[in-house]
Amino acid sequence: MRNADLPFVGRHHHKVKDSVAAALDGLDSGMTVMVGGFGLCGNAEALIRGVIDRGVKDLTLVSNNAGNLGKGLATWLRAGLIRKVICSYLGTNEDLHSRMAAGTIEVEVTPQGTLVERMRAAGAGIPAFYTPTGVGTVVEDGKEVRELDGRLYVMERALPADYALIRARKVDRFGNCRFYRTARNFSPIMATAARTTIVEADELLDVGAIDPDDVHLPGLYVHRIVAVPEHEDPFEYKTSRKRPAAEGA
Amino acid sequence: MGYSKEQMARRAAAEIPEGSIVNLGIGLPTLCADYLPEGHAFLHSENGLLGMGPFPYEGEEDPQLINAGKQTVTVLPGGSTFDSAMSFAMIRGGHVDLAILGAMQVSADGDLANWAVPGGKVMGIGGAMDLANGCRRVIALMQHATKDGEHKLVRACSYPLTARRVVDRVITELGVFDPVAGAGPDGGGGFRVIELAPGVDRAEVARLTGAPLVD
Repeated sequence: MRNADLPFVGRHHHKVKDSVAAALDGLDSGMTVMVGGFGLCGNAEALIRGVIDRGVKDLTLVSNNAGNLGKGLATWLRAGLIRKVICSYLGTNEDLHSRMAAGTIEVEVTPQGTLVERMRAAGAGIPAFYTPTGVGTVVEDGKEVRELDGRLYVMERALPADYALIRARKVDRFGNCRFYRTARNFSPIMATAARTTIVEADELLDVGAIDPDDVHLPGLYVHRIVAVPEHEDPFEYKTSRKRPAAEGA
Repeated sequence: MGYSKEQMARRAAAEIPEGSIVNLGIGLPTLCADYLPEGHAFLHSENGLLGMGPFPYEGEEDPQLINAGKQTVTVLPGGSTFDSAMSFAMIRGGHVDLAILGAMQVSADGDLANWAVPGGKVMGIGGAMDLANGCRRVIALMQHATKDGEHKLVRACSYPLTARRVVDRVITELGVFDPVAGAGPDGGGGFRVIELAPGVDRAEVARLTGAPLVD
């Protein structure tokens, strides 16, 4: 996990790329790719499209949901890029249900907290950890279960990736990121777990424009940046309430 | 006979301590928020939100501010957003006081099954296993039996388990019950009757429960 084969020189200079295609250079068939977002919330929409344009296949996708409503990562399912999905929740994602039932895509369902902790461990140089989540369920099958301080725990392994594709609201040219609301979710953790992290920036700023105390993800976890000001940001479930009638109305 | 869905949600909301941190599961548990006095408790949503508010007013929906059910929500003053690792560290680390979750089956030992139906479509685990194991108190809010009268409060779960011995209390349309390991007459678990819903008779509850009722 020391990434000994990665270059030392220049890895943290010239991160800003002038196109999505340039940002995705080197993302090839057979790789493990993490993609940020909780369902369709916080997706790196242009990078997701860009991977389809690269024509790669046999990817292992690590993401909480693998898209929904035919949007987001469901477009990868439809384009046939994916061999295996590691996720926590399929829900109403018919594109994934149908391919899983047909046996064309392998699906590994992991508890959500375990999924993100496996990423965190990979990014923090921890090869495995013990968690109470999954004890006594199918999740513990084939894994070490150990009693510590009178309670049972399952050993889970770190989950690294070749690439992480994430999105942030504000990004400076070194890659320091600020996220927006619940669009943050898995993205900063995926950034730590991947050998190469690509950020789709809603807003690209000069170095110094983000106060150091306001940085959510330090730029050392970011290797490439592409500015994409426009996003679709589809709703999955648009819920609302009626505004109360004005007093006396 | 028994509680309506709204009355079930109101009864479950009465279990939420003042000044506590609460995670409400998808579906019926979400309704509990409607019966909390303003400022009573702080709602946690595992996708990275503490201090969750009600649904936004029409026209103010933000696709990047959602709950774990991917519905648009709001954030209250004093609320915060964070990444998924921190959110689940809150859960697993015992910092969330109470989870109110939906359930398919609960055993008299407190085992919970709420993520998959045998032979059915696998919807996924999501945050269910972490919440069930990590939250300090777990309440299952559920129908007492299936429409066909098949038991859902059982001696042992036949559905895939979410977690073992985690459910502290079950609230159904028939009343409030606590699973207690070893409390049954045969040495197995039993459901302690805490209260029966208005008009519900104990013999009827016993018929619809797949494990002994105990006092």
